[in-house]
Amino acid sequence: MKELYELLKDRFRLSDFSQKQPVQAWLKVPSDQAVALITHLRDIHGFSHLVMLTCVDWIEQGKFQLTYILHNYHDHKDLGVKVYIDRESASMESIHHLWEQARTYQRELYEMFGISFPGSPGLTDPFILEGWDDMPVMRRDFDTKAYSETHYSHRPREIHEPEEHMKQRMYPED
Amino acid sequence: MIEDKDLDIQEETPPPESVIPAEAGTDPTEPASRYPFHNTEWRSEDCKLRNEGLPEEERDWFADARPQPARTSNQIMEKFFNWCRAHSLWILAFGTGCGAIELRPLVTSRYDISRLGMQMRPTPRQASVFVIGGYVSIKTLKRIVRSYEQMQGPKFVVAVCSCAINGGMYWDSYNTIKRIDEYIPVDVYVTGCMPRPEAVMAGFTKLKELIMAGKAEGQNLYAEKFDWYKANQKQVIKDWNMPDYNW
Repeated sequence: MKELYELLKDRFRLSDFSQKQPVQAWLKVPSDQAVALITHLRDIHGFSHLVMLTCVDWIEQGKFQLTYILHNYHDHKDLGVKVYIDRESASMESIHHLWEQARTYQRELYEMFGISFPGSPGLTDPFILEGWDDMPVMRRDFDTKAYSETHYSHRPREIHEPEEHMKQRMYPED
Repeated sequence: MIEDKDLDIQEETPPPESVIPAEAGTDPTEPASRYPFHNTEWRSEDCKLRNEGLPEEERDWFADARPQPARTSNQIMEKFFNWCRAHSLWILAFGTGCGAIELRPLVTSRYDISRLGMQMRPTPRQASVFVIGGYVSIKTLKRIVRSYEQMQGPKFVVAVCSCAINGGMYWDSYNTIKRIDEYIPVDVYVTGCMPRPEAVMAGFTKLKELIMAGKAEGQNLYAEKFDWYKANQKQVIKDWNMPDYNW
Protein backbone atom coordinates (compact mmCIF):
# COMPACT_ATOMS: atom_id res chain seq x y z
CA MET A 1 0.00 0.00 0.00
CA LYS A 2 2.93 2.29 0.63
CA GLU A 3 3.99 1.95 -3.02
CA LEU A 4 0.55 3.00 -4.12
CA TYR A 5 0.75 6.03 -1.85
CA GLU A 6 4.15 7.03 -3.26
CA LEU A 7 2.80 6.58 -6.75
CA LEU A 8 -0.25 8.70 -6.12
CA LYS A 9 1.68 11.36 -4.28
CA ASP A 10 3.16 12.69 -7.51
CA ARG A 11 -0.29 13.32 -8.86
CA PHE A 12 -2.33 14.43 -5.80
CA ARG A 13 -1.64 16.43 -2.66
CA LEU A 14 -1.81 13.52 -0.26
CA SER A 15 -0.78 13.44 3.38
CA ASP A 16 -1.08 11.52 6.64
CA PHE A 17 -0.54 8.02 5.27
CA SER A 18 -1.04 5.33 7.87
CA GLN A 19 -1.22 1.58 7.62
CA LYS A 20 -2.02 -0.54 10.63
CA GLN A 21 -2.79 -3.76 8.80
CA PRO A 22 -1.28 -5.21 5.63
CA VAL A 23 -4.58 -4.92 3.78
CA GLN A 24 -5.81 -1.59 5.06
CA ALA A 25 -4.44 1.92 4.71
CA TRP A 26 -5.61 5.46 5.24
CA LEU A 27 -4.71 8.72 3.60
CA LYS A 28 -5.87 12.29 3.59
CA VAL A 29 -6.61 14.47 0.59
CA PRO A 30 -7.87 18.06 0.18
CA SER A 31 -11.53 18.31 -0.69
CA ASP A 32 -10.97 19.84 -4.13
CA GLN A 33 -8.95 16.79 -5.23
CA ALA A 34 -11.02 14.14 -3.50
CA VAL A 35 -13.35 13.19 -6.34
CA ALA A 36 -10.47 13.18 -8.82
CA LEU A 37 -8.49 10.87 -6.54
CA ILE A 38 -11.42 8.52 -5.99
CA THR A 39 -12.11 8.37 -9.73
CA HIS A 40 -8.43 7.65 -10.34
CA LEU A 41 -8.41 4.89 -7.72
CA ARG A 42 -11.54 3.34 -9.15
CA ASP A 43 -10.54 3.43 -12.81
CA ILE A 44 -6.77 2.91 -12.72
CA HIS A 45 -5.98 1.06 -9.50
CA GLY A 46 -8.94 -1.28 -9.29
CA PHE A 47 -10.68 0.06 -6.19
CA SER A 48 -14.01 -0.70 -7.76
CA HIS A 49 -16.15 -1.07 -4.64
CA LEU A 50 -17.41 1.72 -2.38
CA VAL A 51 -17.59 0.11 1.05
CA MET A 52 -19.01 3.10 2.85
CA LEU A 53 -19.16 6.84 3.07
CA THR A 54 -19.40 8.23 6.54
CA CYS A 55 -18.72 11.36 8.53
CA VAL A 56 -17.10 12.42 11.81
CA ASP A 57 -17.90 15.74 13.44
CA TRP A 58 -14.70 17.40 14.74
CA ILE A 59 -16.48 20.27 16.41
CA GLU A 60 -13.33 21.58 18.12
CA GLN A 61 -11.56 22.12 14.79
CA GLY A 62 -14.77 23.25 13.06
CA LYS A 63 -14.41 20.44 10.51
CA PHE A 64 -16.37 17.49 9.20
CA GLN A 65 -14.27 14.47 8.26
CA LEU A 66 -15.76 12.53 5.37
CA THR A 67 -14.38 9.02 5.06
CA TYR A 68 -14.65 7.13 1.79
CA ILE A 69 -13.63 3.50 2.17
CA LEU A 70 -12.79 1.76 -1.10
CA HIS A 71 -12.13 -1.90 -1.70
CA ASN A 72 -9.99 -3.59 -4.30
CA TYR A 73 -11.33 -6.99 -5.31
CA HIS A 74 -8.11 -8.15 -6.99
CA ASP A 75 -5.81 -8.09 -3.98
CA HIS A 76 -8.56 -7.55 -1.34
CA LYS A 77 -7.22 -4.33 0.07
CA ASP A 78 -9.11 -1.46 1.63
CA LEU A 79 -8.17 2.17 1.26
CA GLY A 80 -9.75 4.85 3.39
CA VAL A 81 -9.76 8.36 1.95
CA LYS A 82 -10.26 11.09 4.53
CA VAL A 83 -11.52 14.46 3.39
CA TYR A 84 -11.90 17.42 5.72
CA ILE A 85 -14.51 20.04 4.91
CA ASP A 86 -15.62 23.14 6.74
CA ARG A 87 -18.34 22.69 9.30
CA GLU A 88 -20.04 25.95 8.46
CA SER A 89 -22.07 25.70 5.24
CA ALA A 90 -20.73 22.19 4.76
CA SER A 91 -20.75 21.09 1.15
CA MET A 92 -18.96 18.41 -0.84
CA GLU A 93 -18.90 17.20 -4.42
CA SER A 94 -21.20 14.28 -5.09
CA ILE A 95 -19.86 10.89 -6.20
CA HIS A 96 -23.18 9.41 -7.28
CA HIS A 97 -21.92 9.32 -10.88
CA LEU A 98 -19.19 6.86 -9.79
CA TRP A 99 -21.38 4.59 -7.65
CA GLU A 100 -25.14 4.77 -7.81
CA GLN A 101 -25.50 3.73 -4.18
CA ALA A 102 -23.55 6.77 -3.01
CA ARG A 103 -26.73 8.82 -3.31
CA THR A 104 -28.19 6.94 -0.35
CA TYR A 105 -25.13 7.66 1.77
CA GLN A 106 -25.25 11.28 0.75
CA ARG A 107 -28.93 11.50 1.52
CA GLU A 108 -28.22 10.14 4.98
CA LEU A 109 -25.36 12.57 5.55
CA TYR A 110 -27.56 15.45 4.45
CA GLU A 111 -30.17 14.51 7.01
CA MET A 112 -27.89 13.55 9.87
CA PHE A 113 -25.13 16.15 9.50
CA GLY A 114 -26.57 18.76 7.15
CA ILE A 115 -23.84 18.28 4.56
CA SER A 116 -24.95 19.35 1.11
CA PHE A 117 -24.02 17.34 -1.98
CA PRO A 118 -25.11 19.49 -4.93
CA GLY A 119 -26.49 17.44 -7.80
CA SER A 120 -27.10 14.27 -5.84
CA PRO A 121 -30.56 12.92 -6.78
CA GLY A 122 -33.20 12.86 -4.06
CA LEU A 123 -30.86 14.46 -1.58
CA THR A 124 -33.49 16.27 0.47
CA ASP A 125 -36.01 13.43 0.66
CA PRO A 126 -36.63 12.36 4.25
CA PHE A 127 -34.41 9.40 5.07
CA ILE A 128 -35.29 8.37 8.62
CA LEU A 129 -36.61 11.51 10.29
CA GLU A 130 -39.83 12.40 8.57
CA GLY A 131 -40.80 16.02 8.93
CA TRP A 132 -37.76 16.95 11.00
CA ASP A 133 -37.58 20.69 11.62
CA ASP A 134 -34.71 21.02 14.10
CA MET A 135 -30.95 21.00 13.48
CA PRO A 136 -29.32 17.85 12.01
CA VAL A 137 -29.22 15.33 14.78
CA MET A 138 -25.73 13.85 14.50
CA ARG A 139 -24.01 17.20 14.85
CA ARG A 140 -22.38 17.18 18.23
CA ASP A 141 -23.93 20.46 19.35
CA PHE A 142 -27.40 18.94 19.08
CA ASP A 143 -28.57 18.10 22.59
CA THR A 144 -30.62 14.94 22.24
CA LYS A 145 -31.55 14.77 25.93
CA ALA A 146 -32.89 18.32 26.00
CA TYR A 147 -34.85 17.70 22.82
CA SER A 148 -36.32 14.51 24.23
CA GLU A 149 -37.34 16.24 27.45
CA THR A 150 -39.07 19.11 25.73
CA HIS A 151 -40.81 17.14 23.00
CA TYR A 152 -41.83 13.82 24.56
CA SER A 153 -43.43 13.09 27.90
CA HIS A 154 -41.72 10.71 30.26
CA ARG A 155 -43.31 8.20 32.53
CA PRO A 156 -42.61 9.25 36.11
CA ARG A 157 -40.34 6.89 37.92
CA GLU A 158 -41.62 4.96 40.91
CA ILE A 159 -39.06 3.77 43.41
CA HIS A 160 -39.82 1.04 45.89
CA GLU A 161 -37.29 0.63 48.67
CA PRO A 162 -37.12 -3.07 49.48
CA GLU A 163 -37.25 -2.49 53.23
CA GLU A 164 -40.31 -0.24 53.08
CA HIS A 165 -41.98 -2.42 50.49
CA MET A 166 -41.68 -5.60 52.51
CA LYS A 167 -42.71 -3.77 55.66
CA GLN A 168 -45.87 -2.59 53.95
CA ARG A 169 -46.52 -6.04 52.62
CA MET A 170 -45.87 -8.09 55.74
CA TYR A 171 -46.83 -5.70 58.52
CA PRO A 172 -49.32 -3.28 57.00
CA GLU A 173 -50.80 -2.29 60.36
CA ASP A 174 -47.51 -1.05 61.83
CA MET B 1 -36.54 17.16 35.74
CA ILE B 2 -39.52 18.77 34.13
CA GLU B 3 -42.97 19.04 35.55
CA ASP B 4 -46.06 17.72 33.88
CA LYS B 5 -47.37 21.22 33.37
CA ASP B 6 -44.40 22.05 31.19
CA LEU B 7 -45.44 19.45 28.71
CA ASP B 8 -48.16 20.00 26.25
CA ILE B 9 -49.27 16.43 26.65
CA GLN B 10 -51.37 16.24 29.78
CA GLU B 11 -52.33 12.95 31.23
CA GLU B 12 -55.70 13.85 32.64
CA THR B 13 -57.75 15.27 29.85
CA PRO B 14 -61.46 14.67 30.00
CA PRO B 15 -62.92 12.94 26.98
CA PRO B 16 -64.89 15.23 24.68
CA GLU B 17 -68.55 14.94 25.55
CA SER B 18 -69.98 15.76 22.18
CA VAL B 19 -68.29 12.81 20.54
CA ILE B 20 -70.01 10.20 22.60
CA PRO B 21 -73.49 9.47 21.34
CA ALA B 22 -76.19 10.18 23.84
CA GLU B 23 -77.71 7.31 25.71
CA ALA B 24 -80.61 5.82 23.86
CA GLY B 25 -84.00 6.50 25.28
CA THR B 26 -83.20 9.90 26.81
CA ASP B 27 -85.20 11.72 24.16
CA PRO B 28 -88.79 10.43 24.05
CA THR B 29 -89.36 11.73 20.53
CA GLU B 30 -86.53 9.62 19.16
CA PRO B 31 -87.11 5.93 18.65
CA ALA B 32 -85.19 4.07 21.32
CA SER B 33 -82.10 2.49 19.91
CA ARG B 34 -79.57 0.24 21.53
CA TYR B 35 -76.91 0.80 18.95
CA PRO B 36 -74.77 3.90 18.51
CA PHE B 37 -74.92 3.78 14.73
CA HIS B 38 -78.66 4.38 14.91
CA ASN B 39 -77.86 7.64 16.59
CA THR B 40 -77.28 10.40 14.07
CA GLU B 41 -75.52 12.91 16.29
CA TRP B 42 -72.05 11.85 15.23
CA ARG B 43 -72.93 12.68 11.63
CA SER B 44 -73.34 16.37 12.41
CA GLU B 45 -70.92 18.86 10.89
CA ASP B 46 -69.21 19.58 14.22
CA CYS B 47 -68.23 15.97 14.70
CA LYS B 48 -66.84 15.42 11.22
CA LEU B 49 -63.12 14.99 10.82
CA ARG B 50 -61.43 17.60 8.68
CA ASN B 51 -58.55 15.49 7.25
CA GLU B 52 -56.48 18.63 7.07
CA GLY B 53 -53.22 16.77 6.54
CA LEU B 54 -54.35 15.71 3.08
CA PRO B 55 -54.38 17.82 -0.09
CA GLU B 56 -57.66 19.62 -0.75
CA GLU B 57 -58.78 17.36 -3.58
CA GLU B 58 -58.14 14.15 -1.61
CA ARG B 59 -60.02 15.03 1.56
CA ASP B 60 -63.36 13.58 0.58
CA TRP B 61 -61.79 10.33 -0.59
CA PHE B 62 -61.47 9.30 3.03
CA ALA B 63 -63.91 8.87 5.86
CA ASP B 64 -64.77 11.86 7.97
CA ALA B 65 -66.54 9.91 10.71
CA ARG B 66 -65.08 9.41 14.14
CA PRO B 67 -64.77 6.01 15.80
CA GLN B 68 -67.78 5.21 17.94
CA PRO B 69 -67.64 3.38 21.24
CA ALA B 70 -69.22 -0.03 20.97
CA ARG B 71 -72.21 -0.33 23.28
CA THR B 72 -73.72 -3.65 24.19
CA SER B 73 -76.96 -4.41 25.89
CA ASN B 74 -77.22 -8.15 26.34
CA GLN B 75 -74.71 -9.01 29.03
CA ILE B 76 -75.05 -12.76 28.74
CA MET B 77 -74.35 -12.74 25.05
CA GLU B 78 -71.50 -10.32 25.59
CA LYS B 79 -69.90 -12.69 28.08
CA PHE B 80 -70.15 -15.47 25.56
CA PHE B 81 -68.65 -13.26 22.86
CA ASN B 82 -65.83 -12.27 25.20
CA TRP B 83 -65.11 -15.92 25.88
CA CYS B 84 -64.93 -16.50 22.14
CA ARG B 85 -62.70 -13.47 21.61
CA ALA B 86 -60.32 -14.52 24.35
CA HIS B 87 -59.80 -17.91 22.76
CA SER B 88 -59.18 -16.66 19.28
CA LEU B 89 -56.54 -13.97 19.49
CA TRP B 90 -55.03 -13.23 16.13
CA ILE B 91 -51.84 -11.23 16.25
CA LEU B 92 -50.89 -8.62 13.72
CA ALA B 93 -47.47 -9.57 12.36
CA PHE B 94 -46.09 -6.08 12.58
CA GLY B 95 -42.61 -5.72 14.00
CA THR B 96 -41.55 -2.68 15.94
CA GLY B 97 -38.10 -2.84 17.47
CA CYS B 98 -36.15 -5.84 18.65
CA GLY B 99 -39.21 -7.51 20.19
CA ALA B 100 -40.37 -8.39 16.71
CA ILE B 101 -37.45 -10.81 16.38
CA GLU B 102 -37.87 -12.23 19.84
CA LEU B 103 -41.55 -12.96 19.35
CA ARG B 104 -40.86 -15.39 16.55
CA PRO B 105 -40.05 -18.31 18.91
CA LEU B 106 -43.65 -18.12 20.09
CA VAL B 107 -44.97 -19.60 16.89
CA THR B 108 -42.34 -22.30 16.63
CA SER B 109 -42.78 -25.80 17.99
CA ARG B 110 -41.31 -25.16 21.42
CA TYR B 111 -43.89 -22.59 22.59
CA ASP B 112 -46.44 -22.98 19.80
CA ILE B 113 -49.11 -20.40 20.52
CA SER B 114 -51.41 -21.89 17.92
CA ARG B 115 -52.47 -24.45 20.53
CA LEU B 116 -53.90 -21.45 22.43
CA GLY B 117 -55.90 -20.31 19.45
CA MET B 118 -53.42 -17.62 18.50
CA GLN B 119 -51.74 -17.03 15.20
CA MET B 120 -50.02 -14.32 13.21
CA ARG B 121 -52.01 -12.51 10.55
CA PRO B 122 -50.42 -10.55 7.74
CA THR B 123 -53.00 -7.77 7.56
CA PRO B 124 -54.60 -5.51 10.17
CA ARG B 125 -58.03 -6.35 8.81
CA GLN B 126 -57.75 -9.91 10.14
CA ALA B 127 -55.95 -9.24 13.38
CA SER B 128 -57.28 -8.50 16.85
CA VAL B 129 -54.10 -8.15 18.91
CA PHE B 130 -51.42 -5.57 18.22
CA VAL B 131 -48.08 -6.41 19.85
CA ILE B 132 -45.84 -3.38 20.27
CA GLY B 133 -42.54 -5.20 20.42
CA GLY B 134 -40.01 -2.65 21.59
CA TYR B 135 -38.94 0.90 20.95
CA VAL B 136 -41.25 3.04 18.85
CA SER B 137 -39.63 5.67 16.69
CA ILE B 138 -41.67 8.50 15.24
CA LYS B 139 -41.56 6.97 11.80
CA THR B 140 -42.88 3.69 13.19
CA LEU B 141 -45.50 5.42 15.29
CA LYS B 142 -47.10 6.78 12.16
CA ARG B 143 -47.43 3.24 10.80
CA ILE B 144 -48.60 1.94 14.17
CA VAL B 145 -51.41 4.48 14.34
CA ARG B 146 -52.45 3.67 10.83
CA SER B 147 -52.38 -0.09 11.39
CA TYR B 148 -54.14 0.14 14.73
CA GLU B 149 -56.98 2.18 13.30
CA GLN B 150 -57.34 -0.23 10.39
CA MET B 151 -57.79 -3.20 12.69
CA GLN B 152 -61.38 -4.24 13.12
CA GLY B 153 -62.80 -4.25 16.59
CA PRO B 154 -62.66 -5.66 19.14
CA LYS B 155 -58.93 -5.05 19.23
CA PHE B 156 -56.35 -5.24 21.96
CA VAL B 157 -52.82 -3.95 22.42
CA VAL B 158 -49.99 -5.67 24.27
CA ALA B 159 -46.90 -3.54 24.91
CA VAL B 160 -43.86 -5.79 25.19
CA CYS B 161 -40.40 -4.63 26.38
CA SER B 162 -39.45 -1.72 28.56
CA CYS B 163 -38.87 0.61 25.61
CA ALA B 164 -42.56 0.66 24.75
CA ILE B 165 -43.47 1.29 28.37
CA ASN B 166 -41.09 4.04 29.48
CA GLY B 167 -38.54 4.51 26.73
CA GLY B 168 -36.08 1.99 28.14
CA MET B 169 -32.54 2.58 26.97
CA TYR B 170 -33.85 5.14 24.48
CA TRP B 171 -35.02 7.44 27.28
CA ASP B 172 -33.01 10.38 25.91
CA SER B 173 -33.47 9.68 22.22
CA TYR B 174 -34.63 12.47 19.95
CA ASN B 175 -36.58 10.08 17.79
CA THR B 176 -38.27 7.63 20.14
CA ILE B 177 -41.45 8.16 22.08
CA LYS B 178 -41.39 7.14 25.72
CA ARG B 179 -44.98 6.17 26.44
CA ILE B 180 -46.95 4.29 23.84
CA ASP B 181 -50.11 4.57 25.95
CA GLU B 182 -50.42 8.25 25.10
CA TYR B 183 -50.84 7.44 21.43
CA ILE B 184 -52.84 4.22 21.40
CA PRO B 185 -54.58 2.53 24.34
CA VAL B 186 -52.70 -0.40 25.87
CA ASP B 187 -54.33 -3.33 27.65
CA VAL B 188 -51.37 -5.34 28.94
CA TYR B 189 -47.73 -4.45 29.56
CA VAL B 190 -44.97 -7.04 29.59
CA THR B 191 -41.76 -5.75 31.13
CA GLY B 192 -38.27 -6.93 30.36
CA CYS B 193 -35.49 -6.29 27.94
CA MET B 194 -36.13 -8.69 26.28
CA PRO B 195 -38.89 -10.63 28.08
CA ARG B 196 -38.64 -14.37 27.74
CA PRO B 197 -41.31 -16.06 25.62
CA GLU B 198 -42.80 -17.37 28.86
CA ALA B 199 -43.29 -13.80 30.04
CA VAL B 200 -44.96 -12.82 26.79
CA MET B 201 -47.24 -15.82 27.05
CA ALA B 202 -48.07 -14.86 30.62
CA GLY B 203 -49.02 -11.46 29.22
CA PHE B 204 -51.33 -13.09 26.73
CA THR B 205 -52.87 -15.16 29.51
CA LYS B 206 -53.49 -11.95 31.43
CA LEU B 207 -55.03 -10.42 28.34
CA LYS B 208 -57.39 -13.37 28.08
CA GLU B 209 -58.46 -12.88 31.67
CA LEU B 210 -59.09 -9.20 31.03
CA ILE B 211 -61.11 -9.90 27.92
CA MET B 212 -63.23 -12.52 29.65
CA ALA B 213 -63.80 -10.13 32.55
CA GLY B 214 -64.88 -7.48 30.07
CA LYS B 215 -62.07 -5.12 31.09
CA ALA B 216 -60.07 -4.94 27.87
CA GLU B 217 -61.90 -1.89 26.57
CA GLY B 218 -59.03 -0.10 24.86
CA GLN B 219 -60.97 0.31 21.66
CA ASN B 220 -63.80 2.12 23.42
CA LEU B 221 -61.30 4.26 25.30
CA TYR B 222 -59.74 5.25 22.00
CA ALA B 223 -63.11 6.22 20.62
CA GLU B 224 -64.09 8.18 23.70
CA LYS B 225 -60.80 10.05 24.07
CA PHE B 226 -60.25 10.25 20.34
CA ASP B 227 -59.41 13.96 20.29
CA TRP B 228 -56.86 13.57 23.06
CA TYR B 229 -55.09 10.67 21.35
CA LYS B 230 -55.19 12.45 18.03
CA ALA B 231 -53.71 15.62 19.50
CA ASN B 232 -50.86 13.62 21.06
CA GLN B 233 -50.18 11.82 17.80
CA LYS B 234 -50.16 14.98 15.75
CA GLN B 235 -47.85 16.67 18.19
CA VAL B 236 -45.00 14.25 17.51
CA ILE B 237 -45.78 13.20 13.93
CA LYS B 238 -44.76 16.37 12.17
CA ASP B 239 -45.64 15.38 8.60
CA TRP B 240 -49.22 14.26 9.06
CA ASN B 241 -50.16 13.39 5.50
CA MET B 242 -52.82 10.77 6.13
CA PRO B 243 -56.50 10.86 7.04
CA ASP B 244 -57.40 11.70 10.61
CA TYR B 245 -58.99 8.29 11.07
CA ASN B 246 -57.99 5.36 8.85
CA TRP B 247 -60.50 2.60 8.45
